[in-house]
Amino acid sequence: MSSPLLPAGSDAALAIAGITPDALGVRSAAGPASKRIIVGYGFWIFLLSDVIMFSAFFAAYAVLFRNTAGGPSAHDLFDLRNTAVETACLLLSSFTCGMASLAVGQRNQRWTQIALLVTGLLGLAFIVLEIREFSGFVARGAGPGRSAFLSSFFTLVGCHGVHVSAGLLWLGTMMAQFYAKGFRQDIRHRFLCFSLFWHALDIIWVAIFNLVYLVGSLPPELLP
Amino acid sequence: MSDPSDYDAGSYVGTERQPGSREERTVAREVRGYLLGLSLAALLTVASFWAVRTHDIYSSGVSVALLVLAVAQIGIHLVFFLHITTAPDNQNNILALAFGVLIVCLVVFGSLWVMLHLNHNMVPMDQLRRMQH
Amino acid sequence: MFGKLTWQAIPFDQPIPLAAGAFVVLGILAVLIWIVARGYLPYLWREWVTSVDHKRIGIMYCLLAAVMLLRGFIDALMMRSQQALAFHAAGYLPPEHYDQIFSAHGTIMIFFVAMPFVIGLMNIAIPLQLGVRDVAFPTLNSVSLWLTAAGALLVNLSLVVGEFARTGWLPYPPLSELTYSPGVGVDYYLWALQISGIGTLMTGINMVTTILKMRAPGMSYTRMPIFCWTSLASSLLIVAAFPILTATLAMLLLDRYVGFHFFTNEAGGNAMMFMNLIWAWGHPEVYILILPAFGIFSEVVSTFSGKPLFDRRSMIVATMAICILSFMVWMHHFFTMGAGGDVNGFFGIASMIIAVPTGVKIYNWLFTMYGGRVRFNSAMLWAIGFMVTFLIGGMTGVLLASPAADFLLHNSLFLVAHFHNTIIGGVLFGVFAGYVFWFPKAFGFVLDERLGKAAFWCWLVGFYVAFVPLYVVGLEGMTRRMQHYDRPEWHPWLLVAGLGALIILCGIALQIAQLWVSIRTREQRRDLTGDPWDGRSLEWATSSPPPAFNFAVLPQVTSDEPYWSIKQQARAKGQLLSQEPDYAPIEMPRNSPTGFVTAFFAVVTGFSLIWHIWWLVILGLVCAYVTFVVFAWRDVHETEIPAAEVARLDRANRAVRAEALRAQAPR
Repeated sequence: MSSPLLPAGSDAALAIAGITPDALGVRSAAGPASKRIIVGYGFWIFLLSDVIMFSAFFAAYAVLFRNTAGGPSAHDLFDLRNTAVETACLLLSSFTCGMASLAVGQRNQRWTQIALLVTGLLGLAFIVLEIREFSGFVARGAGPGRSAFLSSFFTLVGCHGVHVSAGLLWLGTMMAQFYAKGFRQDIRHRFLCFSLFWHALDIIWVAIFNLVYLVGSLPPELLP
Repeated sequence: MSDPSDYDAGSYVGTERQPGSREERTVAREVRGYLLGLSLAALLTVASFWAVRTHDIYSSGVSVALLVLAVAQIGIHLVFFLHITTAPDNQNNILALAFGVLIVCLVVFGSLWVMLHLNHNMVPMDQLRRMQH
Repeated sequence: MFGKLTWQAIPFDQPIPLAAGAFVVLGILAVLIWIVARGYLPYLWREWVTSVDHKRIGIMYCLLAAVMLLRGFIDALMMRSQQALAFHAAGYLPPEHYDQIFSAHGTIMIFFVAMPFVIGLMNIAIPLQLGVRDVAFPTLNSVSLWLTAAGALLVNLSLVVGEFARTGWLPYPPLSELTYSPGVGVDYYLWALQISGIGTLMTGINMVTTILKMRAPGMSYTRMPIFCWTSLASSLLIVAAFPILTATLAMLLLDRYVGFHFFTNEAGGNAMMFMNLIWAWGHPEVYILILPAFGIFSEVVSTFSGKPLFDRRSMIVATMAICILSFMVWMHHFFTMGAGGDVNGFFGIASMIIAVPTGVKIYNWLFTMYGGRVRFNSAMLWAIGFMVTFLIGGMTGVLLASPAADFLLHNSLFLVAHFHNTIIGGVLFGVFAGYVFWFPKAFGFVLDERLGKAAFWCWLVGFYVAFVPLYVVGLEGMTRRMQHYDRPEWHPWLLVAGLGALIILCGIALQIAQLWVSIRTREQRRDLTGDPWDGRSLEWATSSPPPAFNFAVLPQVTSDEPYWSIKQQARAKGQLLSQEPDYAPIEMPRNSPTGFVTAFFAVVTGFSLIWHIWWLVILGLVCAYVTFVVFAWRDVHETEIPAAEVARLDRANRAVRAEALRAQAPR
């Protein structure tokens, strides 16, 4: 289907690029997108940049993985039960965050607050578990200053933890705003960003628990 | 003040509500969508944890299996929680995502490739120490 | 109480930095006193500091860049004079000071001159070219500006309190680790860049969203002006590359502050990982700078040749190809680090391939000029000077892309000459062209042409006199960053290079004179029609300077060069095409001090982190959070410009345009 706004010849070129002229034509004919689309898209771009930052930490971890300097290796340290509970916490909190967005969609103050509270508590549980794990490592002489491997491990996983903590702060602010200001449009937009952020953190955790914890717990002879 | 495109603050990245689809998107349907996503993600998580314990997988394939499972689970999250679709007006998001994935791969695999080769051509550190003494 | 900060931090024993610092402090104080005494402070606060208008933010970015250009150029003069004097002698700059100067020069020129200048021009032009009222996130834009300024402030603060890094513009470990650089210099560098880096990242996000989601009705991707395309590519690169810089510098910070071992010599650290990661940001960074400059040249060449750009589509494809390829060449910055032939070979070939789309662009510009009626305005002179100079820079770049040649030339002055050739001849000439081109749009009057042309010739000649000698001594084996040397055959070349720097100084002086004279005679040089160059894209469709809302009604785009095609039809008829629209009130975002306040706390936090004043760090962070909450809590986001005001401004614009059309009408 050809859009009346584009010159006829350009359809083919766009099709090669994998873009349907319809999408472009319709959107551009309408002028600037709505505020919600703009906010959501801007935050989506921010999340991509955040993921790329994590990729640099992942790269550092992968490169320094074997540089244990005679200290404990991943196989010696990781306790998968802890990781499993952490994973469950974050996955469930992602789900409850989705429930919160549905409640916001229904303008239901009580369910919004309940869903957000549960999300926050699950996030908090995750942070507590992570802090316990980290302090356990430090107590065993496996702190971040022990080796390059541990530096990169603490930084990668800790950076995710810092993100979750910042998310909790944001979540608390969000709850207060819903309570004080109601479901105003700009606050709903902000909540859209928050839910994107929270889901993205879970995505990063999926990469961390698979590629850091599970791969790391393999015996050395099984590593690629 | 709420315009129709703003019907919910759900996590739809940049998707404009299609007119007339409001009726179809009842809360029950949405909850079912999230539940499906949750159970699929849980399934893949269990599979990952199973893969490290089991001896059924060819041993050196375990880490590859974990990589595949991670990618699959990320896909589940993107579709069911972040609601990324291939709808026409979602194209910008998909293109941005593809660009991001490309950069992530270049940074991670490029760094690994470069750094492994740098180490490869280096005098090993302990040998260097011995030479210094 | 004050961490590492004592009175010893102020360099009372070193006359040069002390004098320079005192000069800067007194200068700032004098300006502040003048502002307060003349009663400009409320105006500045209301109309500029808290402004979220993209045009004003753009102007402030350019102003920051211009001031920092002077600082960076003084550093350059000091280095050139030191090397001119330091043959068989110590020169006048001791090594520890000389090292700070070359580090500061590179850091300032890239992060606080080139970046803000490019971003400033993007801010001024892009919403106007897209035919919309502002960027996607106006308040965020203000935050970006002030965070960049905060970074610049920290770098300059190091002149007075403490010291700057002595590690080069990229602080390679292990030299930059705490063991070998125990002072605060590297910390100044790191925190200044982290703070301004956040600002840059947010600008990238803002611009990508603006260009992809906010365009005038009818403006499909293929109809966007080329400057918007190149800015889109550049902003995408910012979004993709700056997080890598943030992560890498964070790792170095962790090494320095809490004893991590990413890049140390001990405990398995790997310093080469820093080179790898920093260049994974660093190479895209040079394209972040040059791509918008390419866009400016495209606009300038097509406007002053009176022709549409030759084959827009190949220009767009080349731009996007560079955007992707720029992420596949970073390893050519460290060919000599010991990777095998296959890695070096791959990155060498990739680096040569990236020259191809750039070559395509040169042909685009040449064919645009071919057969056109070229007007040699000073913006056009910068563009032509660029084509010649950048071509040479590109050729030496292809030469350096060959690993075998690079082993000879690595870290020599040949390399220094090469990247100055591309950055001065490309980026700086580009922003100067954009400065001349969009100045009337931003301020409503045209810059003086005679002084502008004189400045161009000084810059062009000065550039060649200053940097061709560096190619020669580089080939003769002179490495970069030498504080003194004893090779007699290098000395004459370095004297010539010093002379070149003085010629460039004349160019800068002429540019300052040009600005001064133009402001003094602005009434004679008013741009009344809003279209001083017979332009082709939408920014020329509104008045100069544009009203706060840019366009009373969003323009309807029907072709690749929307303003040009409307103008041609209107000229044929000798009158405006459209009837007067029904004016409606326009909602514009309210001004907000959020950006300024955030940046203030960023400076406080950064400064106390540098000096280990931990309580102040916590206080700064809490205050920054409170600022955000206060901003999020506000209830009124927008101000309304009444329809009568919109009508008054737009009617005036329509009247002068109708008048101009009547004058041009065919008889």
